[in-house]
Amino acid sequence: MIIDIFLSSYPLFLKATWLTVQLTAVALMLGCVVGLVIAFFRISDNKVLNYIAHVYITVIRGTPLIVQICILYFGLANLVTLSQFWAGAIALAVHNGAYIAEIFRGAIQSIDRGQMEASRSLGMSYPLAMRRIILPQAFRRAIPSLGNQFIIGLKDSSLVAYVGMQDLWGTGLGEAASNYKQLETYMVVGLYYLVLIMIFSYFVNKLEARLARGKAPNKQAKDNTSVAA
Amino acid sequence: MIEVKQLVKSFGPLTVLKGVTLTVEEKEVVVLLGASGSGKSTLLRCLNFLEFYDSGEIRIGGQQIDPHKTNLNQFRAEVGMVFQHFNLFPHKTVLENLIEAPVHVKGMNVAEAKQLAYELLKKVNMQDKADVYPDMLSGGQKQRVAIARALAMKPKIMLFDEPTSALDPELVGEVLQVMKQLAKEGMTMIVVTHEMGFAREVADRAVFMHDGQILEQGPPSEFFENPQHDRTKQFLGSIR
Repeated sequence: MIIDIFLSSYPLFLKATWLTVQLTAVALMLGCVVGLVIAFFRISDNKVLNYIAHVYITVIRGTPLIVQICILYFGLANLVTLSQFWAGAIALAVHNGAYIAEIFRGAIQSIDRGQMEASRSLGMSYPLAMRRIILPQAFRRAIPSLGNQFIIGLKDSSLVAYVGMQDLWGTGLGEAASNYKQLETYMVVGLYYLVLIMIFSYFVNKLEARLARGKAPNKQAKDNTSVAA
Repeated sequence: MIEVKQLVKSFGPLTVLKGVTLTVEEKEVVVLLGASGSGKSTLLRCLNFLEFYDSGEIRIGGQQIDPHKTNLNQFRAEVGMVFQHFNLFPHKTVLENLIEAPVHVKGMNVAEAKQLAYELLKKVNMQDKADVYPDMLSGGQKQRVAIARALAMKPKIMLFDEPTSALDPELVGEVLQVMKQLAKEGMTMIVVTHEMGFAREVADRAVFMHDGQILEQGPPSEFFENPQHDRTKQFLGSIR
């Protein structure tokens, strides 16, 4: 029975869940930094930077994550000593970074040109206008796609099991191999992922609702009756 | 105050400004008229270096502005610009829109910037909406806030790019009222507009542009009563 498997294995799986959460959180944070940098490279006027971003996105999107993880883990092991955790985290960050870059680029470019012009006309420098005016609006617009990418990232983190990490999926593989109850064990693993993602989605939805336009967290805004034409 | 000499600007194969020469004195209110595509908006945008011109010269306050040498950010801070589509910052309240540039460009402290912002909001009769987000405002209210935002940088010159063109007709008056008040206070203004009433009543000079050049200019009384060029007559006729 699934319930027996669940009860007998939960100390192990809770530990594995914690590893998956840590790994994904670190990877996605790094991925956002990578993504933002690559997004700026793509929208830059500099041809060399454009080209770097283009190659990066093409290569990363054009190869499977499992291949990237293995190349990083086994390939880089010859050059530097990377712990399992960091090899996995960096591979996931590099991979998600390419997708996040495209999300950020799209969001930044979707902000009306007038916003940058108005900022510049007030004497703001390009970086200041980007930081204070464009990016805050772009981030809000990126949240639904970003949330989606984070969910994909969390699920894809299961692939680090194949370089020996004892994350949720890695632990599941080990358990199934020793208890011979593959179906029940994998269903339990699936359940852990599902719960994690449901919790995450709940917070993304809350964030989205709070940032929704016209519903700014402000009393006077709510009381105001005049509506834009 | 502003001297423009032989300004030429092309977008690809299209030459939009074909050698424009224009002088605007301090405290003068100049209205730029012309059909769409005549280059009046481009001229205005060149004056704030939102567009870089190809050749010619712009002097402001006697100083020649070289876009590659002059600190354009500092220069732009002294030239206010009001846009057709307001371009308020939607993620910031009205008050935050006003204090943004004084605080982050000029380094003014927040309390001082807020005080200045409240004064300006009062001036454009928007003091009740200080904590409201732009989405909650009507077009006319947005434009008045946009004017206040530009004024918060204490500019020497104000440029208006069709400030009432995107407004419902009944909202035009409140924006023009604010602009009249500004003109009365002695602000140097260049206004691209189709509001002939405003041009007649408020402008010191009307400038008519056609096909990237200034065709005719003069005091509104003469300009409107006795236009010299056929093209000007035709334009004024079509507007009335």
